[in-house]
Amino acid sequence: MTPVSPTGPAGSASPAGPPSPASPTGPAAAGAVTAVTAVTRRERAAGIVQRSGAYLVLALVVLVASLAFDSFATTGNARNIAIQSSFLAIVALGMTFVIISGGIDLSVGSVFALGGVLAAYGMRWGSLAAVLLPLAVCGAIGLLNGVLVGYGRLAPFIVTLATLLGARGLLLVITDEGSITRVMPADSLLVRLAQGSVLGLGWPVWIVVVLFALGAVVLNRTRTGQSVLAIGASRDAALLMGLPVARRTTLLYLASGLLAGLAGALAAAYSGSGVTIVGVGLELDAIAAVVIGGTLLTGGAGTIGGTLCGVLLLRVIQNVINQIGTLGSSYQSVVSGAFLVVVVVIQAYLSREQRL
Amino acid sequence: MTETVPRRSVDRAATRRWLRDNGVHLAVAVLLLYNLLFTANFATVSNLTTQLVQVAPVIIVALGMAMVIGTEGVDLSVGSVMAIAAALLPLYLGYGIVAGVVVALAAGAACGLLNGVLVGVVRIQPIVATLALLVGGRGLAIVLVDGQIKDIRNDTLLEFGSAKALGIPLVVWLAALLAVAVGLLVRRTTYGRQLVAIGDNRSASALAGLPVRRVLIVTYVLSGVLAAVAGIVATARLTASDPSSIGNLYELSAITAVVVGGTALTGGRVRILGTVMGALLIQLIRATLIKNDLPDSIAQIVQAAIIVLAVYAQRERRAGAS
Amino acid sequence: MEAVLEARGTGKRFPGVVALSGVDLALRPGEVHALVGENGAGKSTLIKVLTGVYQPDDGTLLLGGEPVRFGRPLDAQAAGISTIYQEVNLVPLLSVARNLFLGREPRTRLGLIDTRAMDARAAELLGSLGVHADVRRPLRTLGLGTQQMVAVARAVAAEARVVVMDEPTSSLEPREVATLFDVVGRLRSQGIAVLYVSHRLDELYRICDRVTVLRDGRVVHTGPLAELPRLRLVAAMLGRDLDEVRREGSTRFDGASSVASGAPVLEATGLARRHVLDGVSLTVRPGEIVGLGGLLGAGRSETARAIAGAMAVDAGTVTVAGRPVRTGSVPAAMAAGVVMLPEDRKADGIVPGLSVRENIALAALPTLSRAGIVSRARQDAIVDRFVTRLRIKASGPDQKVGELSGGNQQKVLLARLLARNPKLLLLDEPTRGIDIGAKAEVQGLIDELAAEGLGVVLISSEFEEVVEGSDSVVVLRDGRVVATLHGAEVTEDALISALAADGD
Repeated sequence: MTPVSPTGPAGSASPAGPPSPASPTGPAAAGAVTAVTAVTRRERAAGIVQRSGAYLVLALVVLVASLAFDSFATTGNARNIAIQSSFLAIVALGMTFVIISGGIDLSVGSVFALGGVLAAYGMRWGSLAAVLLPLAVCGAIGLLNGVLVGYGRLAPFIVTLATLLGARGLLLVITDEGSITRVMPADSLLVRLAQGSVLGLGWPVWIVVVLFALGAVVLNRTRTGQSVLAIGASRDAALLMGLPVARRTTLLYLASGLLAGLAGALAAAYSGSGVTIVGVGLELDAIAAVVIGGTLLTGGAGTIGGTLCGVLLLRVIQNVINQIGTLGSSYQSVVSGAFLVVVVVIQAYLSREQRL
Repeated sequence: MTETVPRRSVDRAATRRWLRDNGVHLAVAVLLLYNLLFTANFATVSNLTTQLVQVAPVIIVALGMAMVIGTEGVDLSVGSVMAIAAALLPLYLGYGIVAGVVVALAAGAACGLLNGVLVGVVRIQPIVATLALLVGGRGLAIVLVDGQIKDIRNDTLLEFGSAKALGIPLVVWLAALLAVAVGLLVRRTTYGRQLVAIGDNRSASALAGLPVRRVLIVTYVLSGVLAAVAGIVATARLTASDPSSIGNLYELSAITAVVVGGTALTGGRVRILGTVMGALLIQLIRATLIKNDLPDSIAQIVQAAIIVLAVYAQRERRAGAS
Repeated sequence: MEAVLEARGTGKRFPGVVALSGVDLALRPGEVHALVGENGAGKSTLIKVLTGVYQPDDGTLLLGGEPVRFGRPLDAQAAGISTIYQEVNLVPLLSVARNLFLGREPRTRLGLIDTRAMDARAAELLGSLGVHADVRRPLRTLGLGTQQMVAVARAVAAEARVVVMDEPTSSLEPREVATLFDVVGRLRSQGIAVLYVSHRLDELYRICDRVTVLRDGRVVHTGPLAELPRLRLVAAMLGRDLDEVRREGSTRFDGASSVASGAPVLEATGLARRHVLDGVSLTVRPGEIVGLGGLLGAGRSETARAIAGAMAVDAGTVTVAGRPVRTGSVPAAMAAGVVMLPEDRKADGIVPGLSVRENIALAALPTLSRAGIVSRARQDAIVDRFVTRLRIKASGPDQKVGELSGGNQQKVLLARLLARNPKLLLLDEPTRGIDIGAKAEVQGLIDELAAEGLGVVLISSEFEEVVEGSDSVVVLRDGRVVATLHGAEVTEDALISALAADGD
């Protein structure tokens, strides 16, 4: 279900090396010629928790929910969760790359909403325009973020905070201060695509599958992906290794903008209209999903599969909260926030352990 | 001839520095003057009062934000903390105004404590540490009131939201008072000086034996408490507790006010007057655009541009200093 | 033999500092060339010029006899110059193979990274260096030595003609060092030039063929290492002429060593920290100036930091005036009366945006406050006292410290420490980077303070300062105390001999 690359870090954790000396102060033992593991058992356990924790929790939640609610483990509900997850997943994919590079993109929620509104706006010229218009504008916003962060060396959070605001302003301009909701005709190609399904799964879900497979390949199997990991681990080291740091950074924010715009357009087509209030706070869900999925917020490590898992976890929890019925949807964000604290504290603890 | 060139460039650098440090005052003055002279219905008591009342909670939040940014941090959770305070207020008003306010402030302090411990003790970057509460805080607030908007029926609180003293609304007095208090706190107290030193050079401060952790925790707690105060003020003004809207995007306004006011994101500086002026500037821009029939959307785009410009100016200062 | 890489007349200036001046360095194929010098001698600047991080202001770089210009690190790498930095500069969470080939991964016809080929080539490459590790494991799961070896392999994989190694053994275990030396031997036999930077003399004599000694940005010696006895090498690094060691006293220290008596103000025993300190013990009596001798990296600053609580230790105790002090806490050490002047004034000392007044008062703020409010009167009293006593030249107490000269910044820091009424002063390079006048004043002040009964620990890379300033000198090497000189034994000859003595 989750396209994990064959050589992803999740795979490399499993081969059990020789038992390592437990004390970090002890001699590194066994001579330097063969690989000496410098990782204590506790650390390794913690590492597995970090990389696979999200999968375990997801499995657990699904199991419990299946037992607790008759209506949970049904095909219809699974489809529902899949389609609910797909829009967030696309946004979170771009966010994963940005966070792995050591940055953050707070503008994606606004850009997502803008993408949806632009899609509805562009529909007057046909479905192609309804896709291209949001991609062009959202891509331009992403590019602006990228140039300011990559070449201008401004702090990512403040730059993307500004474009969060700017994109929202632009959106209000297009919708006449939010008073216009443009309906997308149900017979248009884009809407039929977004609402249609094949092999029992909605098209947006298939798009997610393709994009995540591509994302995993890019991260693990291309020089671009590897340089993103290197930039996130240490920008200075990446510069010394001769990697094109500014250009790669710019590319990442551009991709994040494009993906957010695409997700927004698809979401609008799926719901049949470009609504202005969607996307508020989506950046937070995306960041939460990425971090819960095991990507280090300090950059330098992360998996595409983990992010997908994080997205699914958030959406399953949302689904469960809906199943319970008596709980408001706000519990969702409380749970996300709590998850985020736990994950981030574990990560901080881990990275301190790693510094021998 | 050869001498004039460097002198002129020195002059220009000095001018640029002056503009960076005082540009916000100049901009506020110019905008104020323009509006007083040319904008219809601006120079009225009721309009000026409205503008000040609207900006008061922003100023209160920005004061805490200025201190946090002074430590080279940031507090993204302030908007959500406002919502939590607003949500708790009506739940405890039944026990009297004091109980309600104390509980709301205590909740703000608790939120700040969480942030402060994550930043100071666990040593997580401030953006991330405060993000969790930004995500979860508002949800928690909505959960607390069961997703409802609760009307405030406490007369004292309602009175506080609307009453005036010497012709100026109490909430404006409160914001001014807090600005003076925070200004004194930063300038005159041991804690305040330690805060600035830690923001300027954390390593040197630690080696000089300063209580770095404690100062960081106290700073985030103060930011939380000030956000709670702003939440109470907003609730009193609104005469209702609406956690889903109170404080929304306040983190953004507060950061903008601080940055536009000349406090560098790199820490080591807390400009209280600049922060107040920064908040006023944004309010004035909004007002100017709206009074001239330009929509709120344009105001947002302008605000975005101003943030980037202000950060860019700060960046030059940092490069010049090193 | 034709040099593979040569720097001629290299000069590099930074605002206010001449880092390199007329430096010539020629690296021949198949030689291991040692580059040595004390702090500030210009080693790292020279390396950065050779590897394209800095552009030289003067001089030319010749690669295989042809003039070249490296605009950025990538250019130097493309020209076959690889660098291994002191700290492993790789991506810890990526696999060994990926680290080895980062930026130049083998690709399949589709343009994707050919992981199978990459892993195979990585294993082969490491194997050729005598390292057998699972190349698919994350780098960080390997020991530091193996990680360093991966960095070496990365350097070699780039078809390097020159490999620059900057302190490659500083974090290695002895066994790992042996493996590294095997690799260096292999590189030499393959005709690769190795520029080897280290402060460990034993290592240099084991593997290096030639040596270039830098001091104050100039080459003071270059030639075959075997012909240069240890003692002369150390003398050259320190800028001392052994044949006529001057004794006229170029410092303001009075040279007279007082007879220290009374109960020790400081007793540190068995301070240890992995890779850094190995059981250092130290005793200082009131009024005594104890110098810490040693070359760069011997553990002098670390000893001071451990005593001051600025560095956690794995073992060891610190007792001040008979009372044990909790280690690893600056406030605890300060409360006991121990203060430290840090080595790096800019990074760890001054708070540049604050005024002279506030910088002086910083550490003493709680005692200068009432109910948390800073008392301006008390602050001014103490600031006035020290500005006068230390002759701090500023336009006024409100001037920002960042705007002062280095000497005055140093005096401000000393004032900050003295405002705490300390019992023990740890001074790490108190006169580095300050002008001659201020230097003499600071030296005179140290003597005065000792005369008033303070215990002083003095670290200086300037030899005469240690010899003339100290009543006794504790000599460190590789984080261990190797000799202690008292009173009349404290001479330059004795110190240089102790430093150059054969390890173990």
